[in-house]
Amino acid sequence: MNRATRLLAPLAIGVLFLAAWEAVVRLESIPAYILPAPSAVARSLWVDGPSLFGSLLVTLRITLAALAAAAFFGGALALLFSRSRILELSLFPYAVILQVTPIVAIAPLIIIWVRQPFLALLVCAWIVAFFPIVSNTTVGLNSADRNLLMLFRLYGASPGQTLLYLRLPTALPYFLAGLRISGGLALIGAVVAEFVAGTGGAESGLAFRILEAGYRLAIPRMFAALFLLSLTGIVIYLLLDLLSRRLLRHWHESAITEEEE
Amino acid sequence: MSKRFASGLDALGGVDLSVARGEFLSLLGPSGCGKSTLLRIVAGLSEPTSGACRLDLTGQSGKATPRGHIGFVFQDPTLMPWATVAGNVELPFRIAGQVRAAERDRVRAALNAVGLSGFERSYPHQLSGGMRMRVSIARALVTGPELLLLDEPFAALDEITRLALNDDLLRLWEAYRPTILFVTHSVFESAYLSSRIAVMTPRPGRIAADLPVDLPQPRSRAVRTAPAYAAMCEGVSAALAAAMAPA
Repeated sequence: MNRATRLLAPLAIGVLFLAAWEAVVRLESIPAYILPAPSAVARSLWVDGPSLFGSLLVTLRITLAALAAAAFFGGALALLFSRSRILELSLFPYAVILQVTPIVAIAPLIIIWVRQPFLALLVCAWIVAFFPIVSNTTVGLNSADRNLLMLFRLYGASPGQTLLYLRLPTALPYFLAGLRISGGLALIGAVVAEFVAGTGGAESGLAFRILEAGYRLAIPRMFAALFLLSLTGIVIYLLLDLLSRRLLRHWHESAITEEEE
Repeated sequence: MSKRFASGLDALGGVDLSVARGEFLSLLGPSGCGKSTLLRIVAGLSEPTSGACRLDLTGQSGKATPRGHIGFVFQDPTLMPWATVAGNVELPFRIAGQVRAAERDRVRAALNAVGLSGFERSYPHQLSGGMRMRVSIARALVTGPELLLLDEPFAALDEITRLALNDDLLRLWEAYRPTILFVTHSVFESAYLSSRIAVMTPRPGRIAADLPVDLPQPRSRAVRTAPAYAAMCEGVSAALAAAMAPA
């Protein structure tokens, strides 16, 4: 599969879909407050773009901060788990509980407990984002090749050396896979938290703009905000994917390009 | 000595074996006869349930496994995929402390000895199976070990590569003269390579026969077609069959 096809095929699907959407809205004369045509959304994006972009930056700041915190604490916790089996056994179930508790349900509490709005939203997004990193990295740290482990013992490696030269490199692809999942989840977490918090004013993120547009029946603007949101999600994913490929390009199956084979 | 696993499985049932310095001893036996367990005990990576394994290596202090005096080669190349060929081979030095110019020279020399000069900066995935195994052997040799333990190192390779690596291993043995313990389940391989063959019984493994190999040294491919080699293989096969037969 060459580069052009890989790029053009999904683009063609997108164009076809938008054209069909536009045609249906026009032919059936569907009012914009029920389903706006793509052209109307584009117009709204053009007009409201600057103000929406400001909101996007607010959401993006929360997302990135949550992702960074998830990467740091998730990685650190996984490291702790790999050092102590008893710690892993006793703490992991709680990480799972945190993961399966719907963030919508506990977000209001967190917003009440944590007074500072930015911090409250950050905590919500972090809770959603950190589990894939913890669980993936823990698996990775425990996946070191058994024979290599024996070899390290044979040469008298210290636990620190085994960690540095063997366990951490083994865990890297797992960590990066977790990070890619968490990137999208952090964005979702940030948006959900904003929905619950509903903060207005200058510090309002994209989610609030979506709510607000819904209340005012400014449906094209709502779609425009949604479009920006998914665009952001895609960009975050692509960037993390790029990072993963850069870091693993020399050795990991997922990143070795066909030309190199 | 003998070895029983925590699961109650008897892996080794009274192995009594001594190996002279510089010997090339093959441990020949069916799969699961405890050959690998025996190697692990020799390497100090596992403790025998009863009896003891005594190593008489220079520079040995107390009970601790002397670093760098034992080289180990597994059935798989067991390389770190994220490290270059040179990075893999210098691992024993990195663990022992530091990698300076002297160590780098030894890494180059070891790679040269296995015919991989110029591949220092390649990654394992860029190499063929045989070349990866050579890297693994270079890593085992780089510290200049007195004892080289090989656990069915060529079992997963194709015939052509296997024969080439057989000759390479012989050449390396003649050049460095380490003591070699070579685990295999191939009669022909053991007869071609070793100076002595210990035939093992199925689990729990014991030494059933101890056969010296008096084929001319240094060996070359001509040996493979010599009548004496055929007779040797026949003798070893008979010993193996006797070891396999239920007592």
